[in-house]
Amino acid sequence: MNLATKDIRHNLGRFALTTVGVGMLLMIVMGMGGIYRGIIADATLLIDSVGADLWVVQRDTRGPFAELSRVPQNLVHRVYAVPGVTASREFVYHTVQRQRDEKALRMAVLGLSWPTDKGEWIQLTAGRSLKQNHFEMIADKSLGLAVGEQIKLGKETYTVVGTTSNMISSGADGIGFVTVADAQAIQFDVPGEAVRLERASRYARGESSEVGIKQPALLENASKPSFELPTTPRAQISAVMVTVSPGADVNEVARAIAGWGDVSVYTSSEEREFLLKGNVEKVRRQIGLFRVLLTVIAAIIMALILYTLTLDKIHSIALLKLIGAPNTVILGLIVQQALVLGVVGFGIAFLIGQKIFPMFPRRVILTNPDLIQLGVIVLGISVASSLLGIWKAMHVSPNEALS
Amino acid sequence: MNQAADAELAIETKSLTKIYGSGNTEVVAMRDACMKVARGEVVALLGPSGSGKSTFLTAVGLINPPTSGQVFIRGQLILDADQAQVNLRSFRRQHIGFVFQKSNLIPFLSAIENVQIAIELNGQSSRVARQSAQKLLDDLGVGDRADNRPSMLSGGQQQRVAVARALANNPSIILADEPTAALDSHRGRQVMELFAQVAHEHGAGVIVVTHDHRALDVFDTTYEMEDGRMFQPTHSQPN
Ligand SMILES: Nc1ncnc2c1ncn2[C@@H]1O[C@H](COP(=O)(O)OP(=O)(O)OP(=O)(O)O)[C@@H](O)[C@H]1O
Ligand SMILES: [Mg+2]
Repeated sequence: MNLATKDIRHNLGRFALTTVGVGMLLMIVMGMGGIYRGIIADATLLIDSVGADLWVVQRDTRGPFAELSRVPQNLVHRVYAVPGVTASREFVYHTVQRQRDEKALRMAVLGLSWPTDKGEWIQLTAGRSLKQNHFEMIADKSLGLAVGEQIKLGKETYTVVGTTSNMISSGADGIGFVTVADAQAIQFDVPGEAVRLERASRYARGESSEVGIKQPALLENASKPSFELPTTPRAQISAVMVTVSPGADVNEVARAIAGWGDVSVYTSSEEREFLLKGNVEKVRRQIGLFRVLLTVIAAIIMALILYTLTLDKIHSIALLKLIGAPNTVILGLIVQQALVLGVVGFGIAFLIGQKIFPMFPRRVILTNPDLIQLGVIVLGISVASSLLGIWKAMHVSPNEALS
Repeated sequence: MNQAADAELAIETKSLTKIYGSGNTEVVAMRDACMKVARGEVVALLGPSGSGKSTFLTAVGLINPPTSGQVFIRGQLILDADQAQVNLRSFRRQHIGFVFQKSNLIPFLSAIENVQIAIELNGQSSRVARQSAQKLLDDLGVGDRADNRPSMLSGGQQQRVAVARALANNPSIILADEPTAALDSHRGRQVMELFAQVAHEHGAGVIVVTHDHRALDVFDTTYEMEDGRMFQPTHSQPN
């Protein structure tokens, strides 16, 4: 006869309610772990899915995911010339915040290297990838923009031609994908008056310089945007993404590029590490601490619950001792109930969590290893938290059955 | 003082003394209580409230060790003052059946399970245990309430289930503390007769604390306690 289940059945309502309570608590512990996984996955999603083997960034910076990195646009072509490189793309990435329908719209703008990159690697939930090198956008669904909607950024209006999901920046802003040219136009958009002033001053300088006097046609260039000027322009892109051909050695290519004085080279996994160590590290520690605290609190609450459950049964336990039940029977009664509480609570946590977590503003990812780890922890605290009750039960005298 | 014990005796106590508390609050609940119960003998223990009957019974029942004195069961020294000579709990399980003043059933088990658990604790399979439990409940007239929890039973029915549990393992000794208080005199007498029957059939020694003088003829011997002292009235012995 199993005393634990008999007792549970006797107090079914109360036990069920208690288990649901423990389950909710465990759900929060589970959710904390899931939020942590979600933050890492979201943060690294872009690096992982953009599919670059190497990142060429401004010398001595750690790249665009860690800090500001500026390299000249022509670096794309220099890198492409390195043996073993099959593709090199500009990486243009920045965040804008604009007003739209009375609400602030934060968007991370990512430039795609038209025409080699039309955004085919992006998993679309609707629409299509880019078909022209201007004024089209693929938007993450968290931006709330549907296919066909238009949005004005800078002086131009962009039409959303495709939507994707889970493409967000490490700050949880949805990403809008446009061509590199558009991304730069958005990034370097300056008011018309500023453009006119800049042109006038360029023109004035050109007219008075010797080159301007000898070659007046050059002055045509004064009206171009600064990043198209035919001199060595200011560094205008964040980084260059390199794809290495299948046969070539990534380290070989990296070494070749690293020899140049103006850039540093990192592999994708190094760049990923920088991101995690820098941006995500504190969040990770914060959530980790919360998780530990919650686990401890869950253990304390479970210990109190099991202690109370034992106190409620103390007369029966004394009676069992009186009629000669060995300690193993009494121990079994308490520990089995603790395990039922823990295991069923864990199940409730999982089931409710699966329903609730998708409604959270950021992703909550439950991975199997995390669930197994939490399961083992729950088993551990179930047993540990029954110790208080066991201690009480071991100390009750059979005499108390008579009072 | 440590004379060889008589193995023919179911129970023998030698000058059991119990002192509760100490100093100003010291209470001598039992003083030099000696009793011999032969196998198959049924003993009535009488005495006014507070005279030490329960104290004596729990000392013999190995759940409330005396301050001094010895308890022998079937000739074996079990308790020397508060020193246990055997594993008391497993000894209780195998050899002692209890019925107490207040009903002492486990509230989350049904009537039959309360009896069954005592049998299972002695190593019987749950099927066998259930069959014996049902038979005992039938014998005691509560077989039809087997699946009810104690809270659904009347005081008398609960007491009969407790009696069934006490008898469940064919114990060497049965200790009952006013088992019939909640029963009408007819049922009360029935329970006493059942104790006598078990005692005679299995050679168990039985001590019953009772206030019910009407059923005294069922008992083989009568002891009385007063102020913690035990004595045997010489006159009131029926044949
Ligand atoms: N745990 C205890 N601590 C202190 N004194 C106690 C304790 N238990 C019993 N006593 C005292 O010991 C004496 C004997 O008590 P006991 O319970 O043995 O009496 P009893 O003969 O069974 O009485 P009743 O017929 O009312 O059940 C009483 O004076 C009682 O107050
Ligand atoms: Mg009493």
